[in-house]
Amino acid sequence: MSTVMQAPVHATTDPLLIAGIEYRSRLLVGTGKYKDMDETRAATEASGAEIVTVAIRRTNIGQNPGEPSLLEVISPDKYTLLPNTAGCYTAGDAVRTCRLARELLDGHELVKLEVLGDEKTLFPDIVQTIEATEILVKDGFKVMVYTNDDPIIAKRFEDMGCVAVMPLAAPIGSGLGIRNPHNIMTIVENASVPILVDAGVGTASDAAIAMELGCDGVLMNTAIAGAQDPVLMASSMKKGIEAGREAFRAGRIPRKRFASASSPLDGTFF
Amino acid sequence: MNITLNGNAREYPDKLSASELLCSLGLADKRLALEVNQEIVPRSTFDSYIINSGDQVEIVHAIGGG
Repeated sequence: MSTVMQAPVHATTDPLLIAGIEYRSRLLVGTGKYKDMDETRAATEASGAEIVTVAIRRTNIGQNPGEPSLLEVISPDKYTLLPNTAGCYTAGDAVRTCRLARELLDGHELVKLEVLGDEKTLFPDIVQTIEATEILVKDGFKVMVYTNDDPIIAKRFEDMGCVAVMPLAAPIGSGLGIRNPHNIMTIVENASVPILVDAGVGTASDAAIAMELGCDGVLMNTAIAGAQDPVLMASSMKKGIEAGREAFRAGRIPRKRFASASSPLDGTFF
Repeated sequence: MNITLNGNAREYPDKLSASELLCSLGLADKRLALEVNQEIVPRSTFDSYIINSGDQVEIVHAIGGG
């Protein structure tokens, strides 16, 4: 009889596949709101993230030309950069931003598309987002799209050729957690591209819940960068994501209203 | 000539190439992207690309964002 142990289930490879590339980490992080570049570097490393978002903005002319640039800290050689269209309120601005990002990153085609509706909610403007998606997909971009938690719209983005669909859990930066788990679950069940929760996560249990619902990953920024100890929170998010994914794969027990004893009732001596 | 550089009016000599502009700003070796009148100027053409009077020039780079 062989004494070789079966590999435990959690040791099997379970990569995240986006646009044909495999990633080990299912946590994607942003690089905004950190107090300095050192904190950005340390928290990003602690998160274990392989895909990291960046924003595209005007270079400050004549100010601190020697200051370290983000790409010296978050090297494109080490991380898959995901330029975003944050701050764009029209399809035109979002497309322009993506084209600048592609030039900046030497032909890089993976982008995070977000077209916002208003400043108060930062909810996506779906009409503008659809318009931008059409142009970007036609132009060869691999679009990961920020959207609301509407299953019909999520499916529409998949049909349009987005490589990942990223519904919000709650408003960007709110830390409110998964506000509509049933819709997120429906989006996941309908999907044949990765579904990532993007925005609204507040703490590690929120990330775990997203993964337990079957999401393929979670993208977050404020929950880490805004924590009192961002590096420690990054580490906790990594574990929350891993725990939630394993729990999803393991298959949780059904919820029941009444008890079910864990110890056998046979063989009692009293 | 006058151009608009990242939203601000600037005065430059005529027949300025994109490379010369970036050099004058201390940005020659920086990772950035250049847009003139909302059209991308590929990095490979910086030496030969001439900026004209009235052009709207945008120079962008990557910064922290989520």
